[in-house]
Amino acid sequence: MPLPEIMLAVLWVGLTAYVLFAGADFGGGIWDLLAGGAVTGRRQRALVEHSIGPVWEANHVWLIFVIVLMWTGIPPVFAAVASTLYIPLTLAALGIIGRGAAFAFRKVSTELWQQRLFGATFAFSSVVTPFFLGTVAGAIASGRVPPGIAKGDLVGSWVNPTSLAAGALAVGTAAYLAAVYLTRDAERAGAADLVDAFRRRALGCGAVVGVLSAVGLLVLRADAPALFAEITSGRALPLLLLSVVAGLASLVLLWRRAYLAVRVTAALAVTGLLWGWGVGQYPSLLPGVSLADAAATDTVLAASLGSLAVGALLLLPSLWWLYATFQRDRVAARPDRRPD
Amino acid sequence: MITLTVDGIADLGAARMQMALSLGWHIVVACLGVGMPAITLLAEWRGHRTGDVHYRLLARRWARALGVLFAVGAVSGTILSFEMGLLWPGLMGTYGEIIGLPFSLEGIAFFIEAIFLGIYLYAWDRLPPTAHLLSGIPIVLAGVASAFFVVCANAWMQQPVGFTAENGRIATVDPWAAMFNPAAPTLTVHMILAAFMVAGFTMASVYAVAMLRGRRDRYHRLGLLLPLTVAAIVTPVQIGVGDWAAHAVANNQPVKLAAMEGVFETARGVPLHLGGIEIDGELRYALEIPNALSLLAHWDPHAEIRGLNEVPPADRPPVNVVHWAFQIMVGLGFALLVLAVWLALSWKRRRDLPSSPWFLRATACSGVAAVAALEAGWIVTEVGRQPWIVYGVQRTSEAVNPAPGLVYGFVLVTAVYVALTVATVYVLRRLARDVPVPIAPQERDVTDYKVV
Repeated sequence: MPLPEIMLAVLWVGLTAYVLFAGADFGGGIWDLLAGGAVTGRRQRALVEHSIGPVWEANHVWLIFVIVLMWTGIPPVFAAVASTLYIPLTLAALGIIGRGAAFAFRKVSTELWQQRLFGATFAFSSVVTPFFLGTVAGAIASGRVPPGIAKGDLVGSWVNPTSLAAGALAVGTAAYLAAVYLTRDAERAGAADLVDAFRRRALGCGAVVGVLSAVGLLVLRADAPALFAEITSGRALPLLLLSVVAGLASLVLLWRRAYLAVRVTAALAVTGLLWGWGVGQYPSLLPGVSLADAAATDTVLAASLGSLAVGALLLLPSLWWLYATFQRDRVAARPDRRPD
Repeated sequence: MITLTVDGIADLGAARMQMALSLGWHIVVACLGVGMPAITLLAEWRGHRTGDVHYRLLARRWARALGVLFAVGAVSGTILSFEMGLLWPGLMGTYGEIIGLPFSLEGIAFFIEAIFLGIYLYAWDRLPPTAHLLSGIPIVLAGVASAFFVVCANAWMQQPVGFTAENGRIATVDPWAAMFNPAAPTLTVHMILAAFMVAGFTMASVYAVAMLRGRRDRYHRLGLLLPLTVAAIVTPVQIGVGDWAAHAVANNQPVKLAAMEGVFETARGVPLHLGGIEIDGELRYALEIPNALSLLAHWDPHAEIRGLNEVPPADRPPVNVVHWAFQIMVGLGFALLVLAVWLALSWKRRRDLPSSPWFLRATACSGVAAVAALEAGWIVTEVGRQPWIVYGVQRTSEAVNPAPGLVYGFVLVTAVYVALTVATVYVLRRLARDVPVPIAPQERDVTDYKVV
């Protein structure tokens, strides 16, 4: 495979990891928002905080990874996207600040009014950030970012049917993944009522995301027919089918309370959607700009990809250790850390 | 047409102010993120070796603050990577690939930092003590590596090498040559040492304030002594490195040196200017030390210094800003050196902190001074590079996003940063106070102080 294709694939792997891991962290914030009053929602919030606390910063790095690979690998595309879509990207960046900072502040706050203030900021930012990032994805998918610097419509590029559908889908996906992951976390913590609560939410949210995906496809048919054709009848069809099958399987597994297996199928359903988009749009990145036009020189790609390969040797065992440390059954752990 | 131009200038100004605000904010937190883990690990190691509860409690409290600082550092760093494209698409669209390699490496380093910080903070009471100590070492190494890679990218903007361009498009790139450009060695070392100075002096100043308020127990003395020792060791090295960096600027960016020193006419045996204000293309009211600039910059009292008049006015950085920022940085650096020497002399004579309350007062100010020196030094580097975003290759005005409305983005970002600053300071002050330090810590174990 030529270097630009490898680079794009690595970029898409990073994007997938960001959606699957950091997306679920945003979803945790969405459930925090919907957890109810300070007293009734306390245990749910504790579970969310406990699940995402040790991992959200590492998960968040995938986004930086994607951005850096964009400007390294396809610099003109990065410049076109960032300049035309500077409004939703600024709002997403501010959401990222609000989410991360407020989460850290709430953890060390002791008084109720502080926890409320920071908690509300954390939870609200967790909804708006994936929404704006979704509108950016929609803008690129529907071909509304022309090449060149700030050549697109500054508002219409991200306020349009595809962007709004993608924004809603991003929020729904984040909430769905979080509910699926939290069901298992609650089970491991031995909180039976929370297991039931998040199972119900995962089932409901899974159905909603399924409907949103279908609506999204209809919007795409009207708004971006070429991409729609590729996804529904071209190269990307197997990935769409994978997504649909995995999504349905997830609902069955949730119903049958197989909480570990459903993590895999839920992740596969989302992965199928993302790669379906990527494969469907390849090799066109922006209208009239193919990967070959935009790719950086081979020396840059070789140096960066080589460094990333070496870095992966350090990263993957470290990541494994991180998740293993905090996903182990907590029998021996301190009782006060349990969400009870 | 006139309105358009005015808007464009306003937007360029807004973009520059937004970048300055978010970078100037992040650089402080990032320095703490690089320096604090090492100092915290030192305390934890001393506590582990000696069993001293004071060290162990200090390590826990610093780790708790580090958790907050790292979170705001991570998110305030992310917005910078957004802003590279949002504000400077002209830079990134053309030259993004050249600085891609150091940023890719920085991504890996930051990843490792975030992973091990999660383990270090959250597994404090789950890992055996030695394993826990070891889990902190990658944070230190990765933090230093991140700073190195990011500053390598910035150094390329000062010394753009390692590429050829044809018709405004990049033809060939040697990414390793671009990364290890001539400005990289001095800038990276200067920055990393600055991080340890900022962390050490800032942490020590917290305990100096507490001691001035009468809390002079062993816990507070160690809390002052350990970070201040680190900073005091780094400070003289930093001044030597600063001299090395100034030589590099003199050789590679003579216009920047001329702005730093307020030199307009090219001449030999140029004096060093202390103070002064540039008015109408001339530095006035400055105190002159004969031949000193030629001597300092080139080790030769008669060496030639190129003046600002060598380049057209449109190619000159704002002299007053750069000149004063440089003076402030150097002045504060030497003031901090005096503090370091004071500590060293007292320690050598009496194995104790200087007894004068002025030592505590000076230490209490040293954190602010170190941060001010950091910001001033960064202004010298970045404003001294103006009007170029890539020195001699691309102007900042050519790189800015031409989309209208950047001013509103700047206003919004400013509002968010004001709130972020208030919240961060408030939370850190609460952290320092809300769990009172036990009066007799040996009476109970420190493990009930939760890190997270």
